[in-house]
Formats: sequence, C-alpha cells, structure tokens
Amino acid sequence: MTRARILQWAIVLGAFGLLEALCRFRIITPFTMIPPSEMVVSLIRIARTQSWFAEDTLYSLRNLMVAVVIAVFGGYLAGLVVHALPRLRACLDPLFSSYYSVPTFILYPLFIVLFGIGPMSLIVMGSVFGVVAMISATLTALDRIPRVLVKVARIEKLGPLRTIALIKLPAAAPHLFTGLKLAVAYCIIGVIAGEFILATAGIGRRLSLSYNNFDNATMYGVLLLILAFAASVNGALNVWERRIHRRWFR
Amino acid sequence: MTARGRMLDYALLGLALYAGWWALATMVGTDALTPPNRTLERAGELLSTASFWRHTRATGTAFAWACLLSLAGGLLIGLAVGLSRLATEVGEPLIGTLYTIPKITLYPVVLLAFGLGLSAKIAFGVLHGIFPVILLTIGAIRNTKQVYLKSARVMKLTRTQTALHVLAPAIVPEIVTGLRIGFSSALLGTLVAELFASEEGLGFILIRAMEANRVTDVMALAFLLFAFAAGVGGVLLAVERRFHHG
Amino acid sequence: MSSSAIAPARADASASERDIHVQFRDVNHVYPARAGHEAVHALGPIDLALQRGEFLSIIGPSGCGKTTLLEVLAGLVTPTSGAVEIDGRAVQGAVPDGVGVVFQEDASFPWLTVADNIAFSLKRAGMEKAEIATRVDYAIGLMGLTRFRKAYPSQLSGGMRQRVCIARTLVTRPKLILLDEPFGALDQQTRLIMGEELLKLWRETGATVMLITHSLDEAALLADHVAVMSARPGHFIEVIATGWPRDRDSRLASTPEFGALTSRLWALLRDESIKAMGPT
Repeated sequence: MTRARILQWAIVLGAFGLLEALCRFRIITPFTMIPPSEMVVSLIRIARTQSWFAEDTLYSLRNLMVAVVIAVFGGYLAGLVVHALPRLRACLDPLFSSYYSVPTFILYPLFIVLFGIGPMSLIVMGSVFGVVAMISATLTALDRIPRVLVKVARIEKLGPLRTIALIKLPAAAPHLFTGLKLAVAYCIIGVIAGEFILATAGIGRRLSLSYNNFDNATMYGVLLLILAFAASVNGALNVWERRIHRRWFR
Repeated sequence: MTARGRMLDYALLGLALYAGWWALATMVGTDALTPPNRTLERAGELLSTASFWRHTRATGTAFAWACLLSLAGGLLIGLAVGLSRLATEVGEPLIGTLYTIPKITLYPVVLLAFGLGLSAKIAFGVLHGIFPVILLTIGAIRNTKQVYLKSARVMKLTRTQTALHVLAPAIVPEIVTGLRIGFSSALLGTLVAELFASEEGLGFILIRAMEANRVTDVMALAFLLFAFAAGVGGVLLAVERRFHHG
Repeated sequence: MSSSAIAPARADASASERDIHVQFRDVNHVYPARAGHEAVHALGPIDLALQRGEFLSIIGPSGCGKTTLLEVLAGLVTPTSGAVEIDGRAVQGAVPDGVGVVFQEDASFPWLTVADNIAFSLKRAGMEKAEIATRVDYAIGLMGLTRFRKAYPSQLSGGMRQRVCIARTLVTRPKLILLDEPFGALDQQTRLIMGEELLKLWRETGATVMLITHSLDEAALLADHVAVMSARPGHFIEVIATGWPRDRDSRLASTPEFGALTSRLWALLRDESIKAMGPT
C-alpha cells in the first residue's frame, strides 16, 4: 500500500472516529445525528427485519439502471447530432452550461401528468437530469479526437457509421467515461429527488418518510446505504476509468 | 459567424422551442401543461408583485453567501491541496467522491443541524458549490506544464514571483471554468434547500405551487429560473471563452 | 562514387519517361476567409508530373503549403482550381485507390496494440488471416518493433509510434506512398536507418513515393528528384535531379557530390525561408 493510500484510509477513519466521538459525547445530539456505528447497526437491522427494505431498494435500483441506460445512450446519440450541427451547438451551449444550476426536478409534476405516478415518471426524471452531462461530455470528447485520426478514416475509406464505430467511439472513450460517471451521479440525484417529491415506493421515499416521522435510526440507516452505494459505484467507475487512461496516455 | 447570424439562430431555436412547447401543451391538455403564452403572461404578472421580489431577495441573499463561500473557500482549499504533491494524491480522490455523492439526500441532515432558514440554505449551497471549485483548482495546478516551472527556476525567480507571474496566469483559464461551475452548483444547492427546507425564497414558492397543483405558477417560476440561469450561464461562458483564448 | 553518377541518366529513362503516374495541372488552393481571418492563398500554381516508380522529395519553408499539396493529392482537400490526376483519373475530393499516407502527427490508435494497429487496414480489406499475419510480422520485424507487438502506443516513444504508422501504411502495399515529414519525431540515427528501409521498400515494390521533409540531407539522399518550394503561396522554384543509382544508401552522404547538392538546395531555400519568416 502506498503512503497516499494509508493516509487516505487514516483520514476517512479519522473523520468517522471524530463524528462517532462528537455524537457519543453528546456534542452532537441524537436528535441531529446518531453515531456512525449506530447507523451501521440500524442499516443491518432494517435489512434483516423490514419487509420494505428489499422491495424499495430493488425498485429504486431498477429505475436507476433504466434511467442510466437511457441517459448514456441517448446523450451519446444526441451529442453526435449536435456536434455535427455547429450552429445548433452554438445556441445550445449556454443552455447546457447552465442546465445544472436549476433543479430540473421541479418539472417532475409534469412528468407525473404525462406518465402517471410510477416507475416511468421516475425513470424519465432520472434520465432527463443525467442526459445533459452525457451530451456535454460527448461534445468535449468529439472535439478532442485528433483530426489526423479522422483523416486516417478517410484514407481507409470508412463510411460514416464505421468511422463512428471504429475511430470516433474508441478515440473518444476516455472522455466519454467522464460523462458516464457524471450521468450516473445525476441520474441518482434525479431518481431520488423524484422519490422525495412524490412516489409510491423507493428508497428515497423511505428516507423522507422516516425524516417526517422523526425516525432518525431508520433515516440514517437508509442515508448510509444510499451514500455508500453512490460512493462505491463512483469508486468502481474510477478504477475502470484509470485503467483505460493508463492504457491510452502512458 | 457574424453576430447577426448568431441572433437569427437564437431566434429560430426559440421559435422551435415555443412551437414544441405549444404542441405538447395542446396534446396533453392545457390544464396539465400551461401553454407558452399563458406561462409568459403569468411570469410577467409575477414580476410585478411585491411578494415575488421579497422571495427573490431571500434567495439572492442565501445564494450570494453560498457563492462567495464556495468560490473563496474552494480556491483556498484547492490551492492548499494542489500545491503539495502528496496532498493532491491523498485529497483528490476523497474530494472527488464527496463531489459525486447525491448531496440531495443530505437535506434532512442539514435541516436537523441548521434548522429552517438562511443558514441551512447557505450550508446546502456551499455543500454543492465548493467541491467543483476545489477539484478544478487542483486539476489546474496539476496540469500546468512542468517546463514552465523549470523555466521559472532557470530564470531564478523567487517562489512568490513564480506563483504570481508563472503559475497564476497558467492556471487562470481553468480556475475561471471552476468558478463558473461552482456558481451554477451553488445556485442549484440553494434552490434545492429552499424546495425542501425553508419558509421563503423562490424554491419555497415553487414547491408550494407544486403541492397546491398550481401548474401555471410552477411553469412560470421554472421559466423565470431557467431564463435567469441560462442568461448568467451565457455571460459566464463568454467570459470563460475570452480567458481560454487570450 | 564517380562524377558520372550525378548525370540524370537512368538506364530505363527513355522507356519510363511517358509512364506518368501523377499529374498536377495548374493547381491552386485558397483557404477561404473566416471570421477574423483573411483568405489565404496557400498553394500554387503547381504543375508537376511524377513518373511511375519515381521518388520525389519536396522541401520548402514553413507554411509554404507542402502539407496542403500532399492532402490535395490524397483527396483530402479539393483544390480551388486546377486538376490532379492519378493514372489519368481525376482526384475529386475522394481518396483514390492504392494510395498510402503517413501523416506528420502521431496517428496511431491508442486503443489498439502495435500488431492490431498495423493490421487495421488489412482487416478492413477483408484479407485472409494468414496473409495478414505474414505481412504484419514482416512489417514489425522491418520496423524493429518485435519486442513491442503486444504493447499499446502509449508505452512507446514518439519515434516508435511513428514507425507503427509507417508500418500500417506500408503493409497495404500502396502504389503511391505519400509521406508528410514521417521521420520528424525520430532521432538522426534512426532517421538515417528508416530512410534506408524506405529506399529498400521502394526498390522492392516499385511504388511511386512523394516525401515531404524539412531535412535537406534527407531530401537529397533519398530522392530521384528534389522539388524546392517557394514561400506562400507555394510553387516549385526548381526541381533538381539527383542522379543517384537505385541501390543507394546513406553512405552517399559522405561524397562530395552530396555536399554540392545540399549546398545548392540550401542556396535556393535560404532566401525563401527568410521571406517566410519576415512580415507578411
């Protein structure tokens, strides 16, 4: 293990230890936060005893996966189209760059009207929130493809589809990965925000329910689960990304 | 492209969006989705009410604080971490993880810790805004070409001279990008806090309208927010372009 | 080497004189005006006839349109006026058959191994696996990449990556090889050896070669003819026959004739280079 790794673990464990101490010594009251160790205990208890746990978790997970697939593939295709139309792109750039400064999920009620209360609305919510990150990353990625590689494609007489499949997609892959990571993160936010506002099931709904019922133990257990899930997905994608980067650039 | 051509393109895009919106509203029914003309009309009415401006002021105050703290704090932390190689290696992945966790799930925690009000909004805004600024500052320093720093050493510049005349100009373009993204993220954070954890502000009247199913108000407020964000986003993007080219 | 070698007298000269492979007729290229930029007359007028199997090198000051000239011939750029023909057929914005191009920039694919990079064109052409393997093995050996066949380009030096690109082009056995400063990233020793390998391939395949270079020595050493271009808009000031025998190699560089030739090239190029650097 490198020195940096050891220090990282030290910082993470130290932060949790500090939080634990602050809670145990009632500097942070249990009405605000329960000690991290109790969060873990609570999460295990919920997972073992509560029948809603598996149901709600799977519901959110399934919606999230569909949303991610739509956001990533839809965003990539939309990025290809917008990249081919520079005038359209010039108009859309300010919209893309300010998209994430407004909580798009305020339009969620509209999706409920269009798609009903249920998985469909949540999926649309997640993918609508995630797709712009993927479009922006695709545009950047296409910009960064060295022009000489496109010339090679012409010399090889590849048609437009094969140029995309054999040259543009692999050449853009490292930058597309950044988009994938962000799209996943934003899809999680979109799906959970939708569940906060209005949903019949889901882990986000469970979080807001337990907050409203002053059930801190359940709330922090669920919160721990969501954060740990998001952090591990991001960590796994990071490892994958680093592997690709290492192969590409040194 | 000429400025006039650009304006024409904007006009065409605006027209297309208007037409699409109108068609969608006609399709699903005007009760479910307010058509654009009614939305604009309502937005105009809102702009002339005193209560709208009171809530805007509340949002503005919270946002200004969140933005200031995110940008200043993010820059300072970013510089402190970025200038040490070990701190970068240790800190960057940790901060990156904090950046990508869904912070919206933390709203109950912020509420429990800060209660309803200004401080909760500022805290939530900073929670969103500070991490991108830190990460882009660290990235800017790391991506500075080593040959610049070597040149500075060969020219026998002092540390201060190097920081001021070599490092600072080299990292400014990326810092400007960081500030832009920090700005947008802080705005998002502030508005989200208002949605779930406040008693005044644009986010608050928005969620009230949503709960009462006043569709026209929701649409008008969403429109105003998007217009504001896109306008500011466009200006910041133009500033950023100037830095990147010059 | 005897002084008679300098005279442009190839044994089969009269027979191949009429076998024209590449023909430029009054070619001009102007890059149109864009926001903030005036129109640039980059190239022309160019008139040139290349015989089949000829090795032509082109030198010229920076920015004189050498690369544009090559891209016009490769069908990547459609010239503003004039005609380009390969085997009597017009090149009209489409890449002609049997043309191989090695670009100045690193064009190796970072997502493919060295062997897969080199096999790329052959696989596209649907060639048999055994034949691909034979050709790739040969090229890898020739380019001194044997130890790196499973490596990715990011693990190689710039010069080795360029060798991958050269191999990727040569395995297709093009009839017309266009090289745009292909050895720019290589050190001097490797340059000389790669030049010799190029000569060997040229002799074996009988391909027509057009080499753009900024090295006077390289231009003088490798080619049958050296074309000297003017400052922008680039046109040929002079085309000089080197008169070297076909089975030449880098040892030629120590002869007095070689010195005389490079001195002459420099005399032609010096004024143009100063012009190109000065205020436009």
